Amino acid sequence: MDITVNILLTIATAATPLLIAAIGELVVERSGVLNLGVEGMMIMGAVCGFGAAYLTGSPWIGVLAAIIAGALFSLLFAFMTLTLATNQVATGLSLTILGLGLSGMIGTNFVGLPGVRLPNLYIPGLSDIPVVGKLLFGQDPLFYVSIALVIAVSWFLFKTRKGLMLRSIGDSHSSAHALGIPVIAYRYLAVMFGGACAGLAGAHLSLVYTPQWVENMTAGRGWIALALVVFASWRPMRVLAGAYIFGAVWIGQLHAQAFGIPVPSQFLSALPYLATIVVLVLISRNKRLTMMNTPASLGQPFVPDR
Amino acid sequence: MRIELVKRPERSKLFSALSPFIAFALTVMAGAILFAALGKNPLAALYTYFIDPVTQVWQLHELAIKAAPLILIGVGLAVCYRANVWNIGAEGQFVIGAVTGSILPVMFPAATGWWVLPLMLVMGALGGAAYASIPAFLKTRFNTNEILTSLMLVYVAQLFLDWLVRGWWRDPQAYNFPQSVQFNPSAVLPELDPMAGRANWGFVFALVAAVLVWLMLSRMMKGFEIRVLGSSPRAGRFAGFRYSYMVFFAFLISGALAGLAGISEVSGAIGQLQPSISPGYGFTAIIVAFLGRLNPLGIVAAGLVLALTYLGGEAAQTALGISDKVARVFQGMLLFFVLASDTLIHYRIRFAGIGQKSTEAA
Amino acid sequence: MAKSADKAANLIEVRGLTKVFGTLTACDHVDLSIREGEIHALLGENGAGKSTLVKMLFGSLEPTSGELFWKGKPVRIGSPSVARSLGIGMVFQHFSLFEALTAAENIALSLHDGATLDEIASRSRELSKTYGLPLDPDSLVGDLSVGERQRIEITRCLLQEPDLIILDEPTSVLTPQEADKLFETLERLRSEGKSILYISHRLEEVKRLCDRATVMRHGKVVGHCDPRKETAASLARMMVGTDVVTAESTPIELGGAPELLAICGLSRKPAGPFSMPLKNIWLSVRTGEVLGIAGVAGNGQGEFFEAVSGEALQESADAVRIRGKSVGRVGISARRRMGAAFVPEERLGHGAAPRMKLSENLLLSRHDTDRNAFVALGGFVKSGAIQSATQRIIEAMDVRKSAPDPEAAALSGGNLQKFIIGRELDRQPAVMVVNQPTWGVDAGAAARIRQALISLARAGSAVLVISQDLDELFEISDAIAVMHNGELSKPIPRGEATYEKIGLLMGGAEPGHAAPHHPEVA
Repeated sequence: MDITVNILLTIATAATPLLIAAIGELVVERSGVLNLGVEGMMIMGAVCGFGAAYLTGSPWIGVLAAIIAGALFSLLFAFMTLTLATNQVATGLSLTILGLGLSGMIGTNFVGLPGVRLPNLYIPGLSDIPVVGKLLFGQDPLFYVSIALVIAVSWFLFKTRKGLMLRSIGDSHSSAHALGIPVIAYRYLAVMFGGACAGLAGAHLSLVYTPQWVENMTAGRGWIALALVVFASWRPMRVLAGAYIFGAVWIGQLHAQAFGIPVPSQFLSALPYLATIVVLVLISRNKRLTMMNTPASLGQPFVPDR
Repeated sequence: MRIELVKRPERSKLFSALSPFIAFALTVMAGAILFAALGKNPLAALYTYFIDPVTQVWQLHELAIKAAPLILIGVGLAVCYRANVWNIGAEGQFVIGAVTGSILPVMFPAATGWWVLPLMLVMGALGGAAYASIPAFLKTRFNTNEILTSLMLVYVAQLFLDWLVRGWWRDPQAYNFPQSVQFNPSAVLPELDPMAGRANWGFVFALVAAVLVWLMLSRMMKGFEIRVLGSSPRAGRFAGFRYSYMVFFAFLISGALAGLAGISEVSGAIGQLQPSISPGYGFTAIIVAFLGRLNPLGIVAAGLVLALTYLGGEAAQTALGISDKVARVFQGMLLFFVLASDTLIHYRIRFAGIGQKSTEAA
Repeated sequence: MAKSADKAANLIEVRGLTKVFGTLTACDHVDLSIREGEIHALLGENGAGKSTLVKMLFGSLEPTSGELFWKGKPVRIGSPSVARSLGIGMVFQHFSLFEALTAAENIALSLHDGATLDEIASRSRELSKTYGLPLDPDSLVGDLSVGERQRIEITRCLLQEPDLIILDEPTSVLTPQEADKLFETLERLRSEGKSILYISHRLEEVKRLCDRATVMRHGKVVGHCDPRKETAASLARMMVGTDVVTAESTPIELGGAPELLAICGLSRKPAGPFSMPLKNIWLSVRTGEVLGIAGVAGNGQGEFFEAVSGEALQESADAVRIRGKSVGRVGISARRRMGAAFVPEERLGHGAAPRMKLSENLLLSRHDTDRNAFVALGGFVKSGAIQSATQRIIEAMDVRKSAPDPEAAALSGGNLQKFIIGRELDRQPAVMVVNQPTWGVDAGAAARIRQALISLARAGSAVLVISQDLDELFEISDAIAVMHNGELSKPIPRGEATYEKIGLLMGGAEPGHAAPHHPEVA
């Protein structure tokens, strides 16, 4: 029983950064912008989160620093693609390249240092309830943040007027512009929300998942988060499901390695990436369905006439 | 004040030519700020980074060694990006090309003769192409996003190489070091001028590939097809061209060139397989392709510039004590500035104050 | 009328409004005034600057200079929301609707009173009863016909209770009968004291509906008039500046002329989420004949064109025959080799690659049929031969351009269309299929294109013209068939065709109109 609980807990820990990054990117893509820089923003969040926590001794300041770092870093992308109308794919790639480089530079002196872990939530009484207590009331704070984000984004997109406006921009930016909806302003905010989420996801890696700084510690999670958004057909609840499936794959292969399954560890390590491909193939096979769900102006640059 | 874009009626020839230079100048300026922020004398640091590494002939050879894979891969990526096919997994195709090209020298180390090297190169190119055909197949058959699949395959390729050099292909005499046997001399890519420096034939391959692809893109029907399908897919279909065929064509060409770069690197500069055979050439080549404005001849120049950022990074590490990650930062900034300068080709930039008359600038 | 009274009754007044795009002056010192309770027509050719003007009135574009007065007070309309708060509503020509959202959501986006979707749904139902604009608030816009979409646009506009309603070419997407209903709605609005700015190039309806008219040409106002006192010909002369030439088509006897293009039981599943399936289409075009296909946009014309051109293949080879050969399973290049030529509706991005030179755009549709002329051994492009062919076409069709070999996007709509048509005529095709030959084209270019199509047919080719413009089809076709909801009616010879008859078919009135008229060839 305890083993099951522990496995579930580790799955949640592995799923949380994917979920946070993906839910942020979902909002970005719903506004019609494709930001391939998730990996770069995430690693910036990870290194800034670690650094701030290490220097101040407070993991919460680390979390805050990661959020700010992610948002500021995404602002660069927003300025390029929204104000200068650059190619979103190429700009996103350069954000990732820059993020990996910059984080390596910032983190040179952090390598090998002991990290500060964000403490798990503990509610006396509730957290002690067998099984459920630990799962529901004893996890790291960012786990709750991730769930809250899913609910909040869901509510925002489908229950509020501003959410409707955001979706309308993603569907047709020229129509939205003709109606007087401030397309560029909404997209700036969406991109920065995505950046803040990616930064937070990075903080989860360096303050919860493995509380230390390792170069390239995101290991492609930013890209998997991007795949999750496609997998989820741009729906928040499905992102939740997808993140937990991937969390399970990630933990599964780690346990298999620890268990000493007679398969080379590299093959097991490749599983999450292969799983991503398989999942993408399965979801995009139905071309009609994909076209229905994809925000119609996704990736298109928008330059209004004036 | 806000920045507005005004579409030009036709693309600006002036800025098409100038934009890479503007981008490079901005990168150097940003670099100076970065060095100053790190507490270094900016001018001295820039000299160390950009000039000092290329003041002697042997250093130019090192530059060519770094530039060769960047140009080879960049030229292939230019074909892809012109066709609006987003292969960003060249790093993986590079690794697989190195692996398939190494089958001969690693598994049959006794094989010697003039035919060994050409066969290795061909096998490397085929391996890269075959690996690139996976995202092409998934894209055309299942409509799967090639950006994500080609990228995921990079991780898979790297893990596969890691397993090879730690497992099956590990040199038993290497005291448990993760590496393959050293290639025998007939499997090693010869150096161009051993007296002057280490540069090998890989650089020649890069130049030849650039010229051939340039001819194809600018003078041949195939190039026309690539450009039409890339710039307006519907017009391409109207012309009777097939996008799905183009996806394969672009992936196969770029995969083959990346594979060739991979085996050239392993049989030339390294001489054996090891867990890490590339300082991110496959990703840096994306920058090379854009800095070269997706023109193969421009890519030759861009490849040399990006090669310099690698050398400069090494120099900065030894001479200034800065992380060699600074190279990645320079590369990232360069791509940012290239993309921003490219905006000037299609738009004029207008600075408009709120409620007042706009002033126009170039 | 006294000057002060005249001023007081002006709802909106525009003085010296100017808009400059780069080197082009789209609107040049435009003066316009609209009184309360009138329907005011804004007339002009394509490219005369009408759309630019109304976009400035609605705040989508910022004027370079000039003054605006709303109810006598100077105003600056910086954005559509300012326009809306003043009381200006707009129905766009190219709708500003969101396909992935429902009708109610679309309406909600332009209302600012915080109404819930349920309230909006009930208000629009109520409104639709009053004005005869039936719509289902819960339906997805992408699934709706063009006419239904326009009703959403109009409903959305009316729910804002505007004083001035701007309608940009509203009847171009309607059948004549639907247009009549729209006119009733507009007249009702006028009787309630609302003002309407009505933009059109259809002169008959302007004469019928409007109280005053302002005519624009090349960005300038060239006159104001009372359309009821003018004739269609005099209005046209004001718009165009010269007498308007219409294409001449003498009736011909087709008798036993050979069939060059045949469509036999063509069906097609919907290609995308919002596209129209084609249902059992039959038709035949003979040598010498111009066959017109009428229909409201979005009834399957685009899908039909793709199927005939070979951009989309058919399940059966016999579904499309060109000069007697079954070509349903071969692509567009093979169909071109059979002697067919195609001109799609969208110029930029379909018929031409916008950012490529004209000479390269020549190669676009000719690289296969004229391979020997344009492509040398080894796949190298013969640029000299292509250049001279390009010049030949430019001269033959009188294409006006600013550079020797400009990018397609740098040409005006009319000149690019002349080039695209000329590119195909230059081959002297046996079969020519054209979708919307003069959409968005000025009158001079349109007349030239229409005449060229007639001449091609009379010289022995078969010409199939798909068009939304009924006037055009009546001008050039020998027979007219109607496409509705993915089905095609029997062709009606021009002698028997009337606007009313065609209009009813466009509305889908006649049942069973997909009957094969060549059952023996099946």
